[in-house]
Amino acid sequence: MIRFDNVSKRYPEGKDALQAVSFHLRAGAMAFLTGHSGAGKSTLLKLIAVLERTSRGQLFLDGENLTRTRKGKIPFIRRKIGIIFQNHRLLFDRTVFDNVALPLVIAGYRHQDIVRRVRAALDKVDLLGRERALPITLSGGEQQRVGIARAVVNKPPLLLADEPTGNLDPELSRDIMRLFEQFNQVGVTVLIASHDLNLISRLPYPQLQLDQGRLLNGEVLEST
Amino acid sequence: MRLPHFLQVYLLRHMQVALNSLGRLYRAPLASLMTAAVIGIALALPAGLYLLTGNLQQLSTRWDGAASLSLFLQHTASGLQAQTLRDKLLSWPEIEHIDLISPEQALSEFRELSGFGDALDALEENPLPAVLAVKPVAESTDGESISRLLERLRKLPEIELAQLDLQWVKRFNAIVDIVQRAIWVMATLLGLAVLLITGNTIRLEIQSRREEIEVTKLIGATNAFIRRPFLYSGLWYGAIGALLATLLVELAFLQLATPVGQLAGLYQSGFSLQTLAFSDTLLLLLSGALLGLLGAWLAVGRHMSAIEPT
Repeated sequence: MIRFDNVSKRYPEGKDALQAVSFHLRAGAMAFLTGHSGAGKSTLLKLIAVLERTSRGQLFLDGENLTRTRKGKIPFIRRKIGIIFQNHRLLFDRTVFDNVALPLVIAGYRHQDIVRRVRAALDKVDLLGRERALPITLSGGEQQRVGIARAVVNKPPLLLADEPTGNLDPELSRDIMRLFEQFNQVGVTVLIASHDLNLISRLPYPQLQLDQGRLLNGEVLEST
Repeated sequence: MRLPHFLQVYLLRHMQVALNSLGRLYRAPLASLMTAAVIGIALALPAGLYLLTGNLQQLSTRWDGAASLSLFLQHTASGLQAQTLRDKLLSWPEIEHIDLISPEQALSEFRELSGFGDALDALEENPLPAVLAVKPVAESTDGESISRLLERLRKLPEIELAQLDLQWVKRFNAIVDIVQRAIWVMATLLGLAVLLITGNTIRLEIQSRREEIEVTKLIGATNAFIRRPFLYSGLWYGAIGALLATLLVELAFLQLATPVGQLAGLYQSGFSLQTLAFSDTLLLLLSGALLGLLGAWLAVGRHMSAIEPT
């Protein structure tokens, strides 16, 4: 699903964020991306979502070479990826329903399909009763679950999460991880960046360890 | 006739976005109305002035129809010569009718109207020449044919002076022409102002919805998708502004209609003020909407690409 081939990323300011990173995350796998802050976790995720471009090396997503993607194709690549942010990035002037519906509206689904899928996604994250609520009235854990519902509502083959449990207490964090496991079980490839070693060391998934832009254990990661 | 499915979806989506944009304006009625009002005033000025000059022109065409030429004959010309000249000129196709006013008639008319009777009695001979009042045929009353006719008449040896009675109508029309040109210049400038007003409003809207734009880009929105609601906002601003402009012009002319009617009555003229025709209104609405759309387009092109998610 994701293949890094000697990928380096140097920002215009001259900082080397990633150096010669190679790994292969197969379709249906689930893995963690670990490392101290500043190790390059966010940069790696941004390269996959084409928020940044690689400086060197090749990067493939679902067989497509992202190093050569035209600008006009980027939105369609992003539609294959559900992205979950630490700070949720919800739209606070819209209801929970409208937030979750956004990817479907963008993709041009019919109204009936939108209603059905949004309900299903909200049911999955246990927020079905809060459709009409505004995000500001929800707790941090609930907001994160809205973010997850938005990421999975159009059934993307890949989920990327950047510190999804960063602001949550341990119990809520475990709930969120359990959700990711459920998505993985139905075939979604999941890559989670996290520095919460306490939480992820108990889970049976491989870890990609980044240290100052270098991958300590580049390998092929199979689905488990 | 059924449209293909993808076209139906496309149109439906555009309609939804258009309505959503309108709804967004409606949710901030005061701010939206202010912008639309500024656009409305900017559009109403040239539209109203243009209508005014249109009315003036219409007024002057009525006078044009009454245009006639006065031919003052040489003083030495006898009554018979005048009669012959009249008969000759009547055979010209441009001329419909000629009144011969003999020196005697002219004198008695002058005596009656001027009240200089006694002074005239003191004169030894009649100082007035014979006059031919020429009425051209209707097709020859426009400025160009009438001046051509005038030139021809001036070349006749029997005529001392040929004068177009309504020369000032020409001058008046020339002035109206100039004013109309000035209005076009003004309309262009004010159109530019409308462009800037919508552009600026849309720019502010883009800035206040920056987060939304970033998030939608993050989850795979195309630029066209993000652009669309802003373009529709611009379109609505322009269209509502034009609607207000129409209202303003109609109201202003409604105010004028009664006094103009009274004035026309005093001149025994059937003139009545023309207000915006349906086609004028349509044109105004269309240009307003287009200007709004264009202004939004400029703003979106300049500011949207600067917003990239990080």
